Amino acid sequence: MIGSFDAKIPPGPLAQKWRSHRDHSRLVSPNNRRKLEIIVVGSGLAGGSAAATLGELGYRVKCFCFQDSPRRAHSIAAQGGINAAKNYQNDGDSVYRLFYDTIKGGDFRSREANVYRLAEIANNIIDQCVAQGVPFAREYSGYLANRSFGGAQVSRTFYARGQTGQQLLLGCYQALCRQIAAGTVRMFPQTEMLDLVIVDRQAKGIITRSLRSGNIERHAADAVVLASGGYGNVYYLSTNARGSNVTATYRAYKRGALFANPSFTQIHPTCIPVSGEHQSKLTLMSESLRNDGRVWVPKRKEDREKAPGEIHDADRDYYLERKYPSYGNLAPRDISSRAAKEVCDEGRGVGPGGRGVYLDFADAIKRLGEETIRERYGNLFEVYEKITGEDAYKVPMRIYPAVHYTMGGLWVDYDLMSNVPGLFVIGEANFSDHGANRLGASALMQGLADGYFVLPNTLPNYLASQMGKRPSPDSPEFLQAEKDVRAKIDRLLKINGTRSLDSFHRELGLLLWEKCGMSRHEKGLREALQKIPELRQEFWRDVRVLGMNEDFNQSLERAGRVADFLEFAELMCKDALERDESAGAHFREEHQTSDGEALRDDERHAAVFAWEFGGDGQPPKLHREPLRFETVHLTQRSYK
Amino acid sequence: MQEKNREISRICPIRLMNFKLRIWRQPNRKSPGKLADYEVLDISPNTSFLEMLDILNETLLGRGDEPIAFESDCREGICGTCSLTINGEAHGPDHPGAVCELYMRKFRDGATITVEPFRVGSFPIVKDLVIDRSALDRIVQAGGFISARTGSAPEANSIPVAKHNADLAMEAAACIGCGACAAACPNGSAMLFTSAKVSHLALLPQGHPERESRVLKMVRVMDAEGFGNCTNTYECEAVCPAEISASFIAKLNREYARAVLQRSAGE
Repeated sequence: MIGSFDAKIPPGPLAQKWRSHRDHSRLVSPNNRRKLEIIVVGSGLAGGSAAATLGELGYRVKCFCFQDSPRRAHSIAAQGGINAAKNYQNDGDSVYRLFYDTIKGGDFRSREANVYRLAEIANNIIDQCVAQGVPFAREYSGYLANRSFGGAQVSRTFYARGQTGQQLLLGCYQALCRQIAAGTVRMFPQTEMLDLVIVDRQAKGIITRSLRSGNIERHAADAVVLASGGYGNVYYLSTNARGSNVTATYRAYKRGALFANPSFTQIHPTCIPVSGEHQSKLTLMSESLRNDGRVWVPKRKEDREKAPGEIHDADRDYYLERKYPSYGNLAPRDISSRAAKEVCDEGRGVGPGGRGVYLDFADAIKRLGEETIRERYGNLFEVYEKITGEDAYKVPMRIYPAVHYTMGGLWVDYDLMSNVPGLFVIGEANFSDHGANRLGASALMQGLADGYFVLPNTLPNYLASQMGKRPSPDSPEFLQAEKDVRAKIDRLLKINGTRSLDSFHRELGLLLWEKCGMSRHEKGLREALQKIPELRQEFWRDVRVLGMNEDFNQSLERAGRVADFLEFAELMCKDALERDESAGAHFREEHQTSDGEALRDDERHAAVFAWEFGGDGQPPKLHREPLRFETVHLTQRSYK
Repeated sequence: MQEKNREISRICPIRLMNFKLRIWRQPNRKSPGKLADYEVLDISPNTSFLEMLDILNETLLGRGDEPIAFESDCREGICGTCSLTINGEAHGPDHPGAVCELYMRKFRDGATITVEPFRVGSFPIVKDLVIDRSALDRIVQAGGFISARTGSAPEANSIPVAKHNADLAMEAAACIGCGACAAACPNGSAMLFTSAKVSHLALLPQGHPERESRVLKMVRVMDAEGFGNCTNTYECEAVCPAEISASFIAKLNREYARAVLQRSAGE
């Protein structure tokens, strides 16, 4: 293995770790910072905030994104909000509670020290964003408003209508623009990272391809930061943007970075159901809707074809309220999703195909008036109407779970550095803070915590020993990596088969959704592990990719991503098979309590599973990082 | 897929639709382009416009023809990537909304639909329906931000903001940066885009220290990028997927005049 597999959790009491770690980390002086070059791949909340802050500190930053502008990174689509333990509501919130809710929500499969730091930093994020002009919702007093989110009994979520991700991203994009204008950050839009370059067992650069011209370039740096997001699109249909992909992190994995918990994928309970085979993506309806919407299906199968208004209250099963009386409709995502699948599996699902449940606002409209509901969720109701042609003020919404977020990602230590020295991974691209399930409004929190506050404090600890060590982009390692990238592109272009990319991607997605989706079992995973290599072989034999490299060639760019998904899917299934327990979103049917909840095996599996690439066609090697809990007491999660 | 659609429509009564398409094809920035004719058959009305183009591209690919280049990402109307002019209208007929939120049920069966890129001199065509909108980024780089150094922020509730102003700032900040405003404007003006950012930041107390320099710099770059002037045709507001009000343009003008006056009074 390259580098070290040590989480490097600082010693001392939980609440002191981050401060004492910063007090003892190495620094880089301002006059040396401008001699250091940093590559940031991705310009979402994590990458954008990191690039802006590092630029502001005086480092020379190159930031890459595949979109035509950094403002379009997929963080922009996050709707609901961002958590922080400000306790503005005086409802008993604290840093400890935010920490505890997050680690419990993750079903005790994340590191105490990382999660505590995240909860501590959350308050600074709100301060920073307000200072940047993020127009958070306010009360008539002029002070900030909060709302509730799943998995918490306090109101700690800050929001900007249903567009919180957009507003936070624009805040960070504007900070980035300021640095671009100041000349500290060079932006490379429509440029994709295709390989990581390792020199002397340290990450020292990347190979990129311009999506506009096909130009392939070598970029050397003193450190590489990956902020390339999650891999939910491995399922083909997900709430992710069309371009979201695993390529940057997967290719880093193939160069020696460990991939942690790849099977931990979050299925979001409230999305618009699939309407047909033409569908290219799924649309999320913010979890915040569950504050006022009540989830139900008919009690009897026979009623599922009836119009919802014809089903009397007594004949409706408000199953979340019934099963989880204390959290009710605000049960965490993994639990709500599985509950929806369960009632649909029983044949009580509604809408075409029977894969849907109602999210009903009738009671809330009666209680608060349509105007209040419109004010809170108006834009979401409009989106729903555009896609389905239905008016949710009059008939209940139909929703169904969809792939939304990936908790797994490249393994990192407390400094957010992977096992490969010099390779840092932030935001959704790393595995660090959400364990086996992420709570709502925590992704934005983590992305910005990593980019604004953690990385700028931990990166110098590595950089301090790297002065003057940046290799030339013409060194043999770079030339070889470029050659490898070109060879892969040539190979894709030469296949000239008969099947379209989409057909492969769709087939892979359906297979994963069935075998490695909301619930998994050994037999299904073994079947998937057999089918994926077959599909991959067929891909390399029969896929049709047109055109040439030296052009704006969208089928070529997507072909590379699908090829990586076809390899990565196997790693996911291996991980899901190896984790012989249920934890959070990873629900192994063999391991459940008598009432169908996830049953962990803390004796054997209270660990991070980190996979090392074993070479093409070779099995990957599993490393386990035991999770030690010094402060919290591991319990069976209960939201009843 | 179309065969499957036909089968589904036999079982449940979805009326499938056919369309004639005239689509702008242009190999690159320098070569001339032209409209080319295509046909798509058996399209479900629940297909989005971009999914209809995906289906057409699958057909083209199957024939060995080059697919039509067009951009999209989130496909839920928030990232601002998609940028098509449909039958002469930026983002097509279903306002407010981006093209990715447009569904085929909005068209008549058998209709001929013309698809072009956003036509603005400051947005050069990259290929087919793909344009270069980096000019909008440069307007923001000129000053569309608050210079709040990371770590220097005061406690978030230390500065209350009147709800009315915060709400209005949010309305302006909702801009998705797609550039439809400039595409719809007969003058190719980016005033709605620029005014939204200037207004958003001027409405908040945090934006006040840089208020004058911000508007002056942003307007200067907007002009230098070759965008036209506003002559109050309100076409921008009509096509804006984020429903940005043209009244922000009036605010931009006031902010600009205020800044010029303050500058000259200061000198």
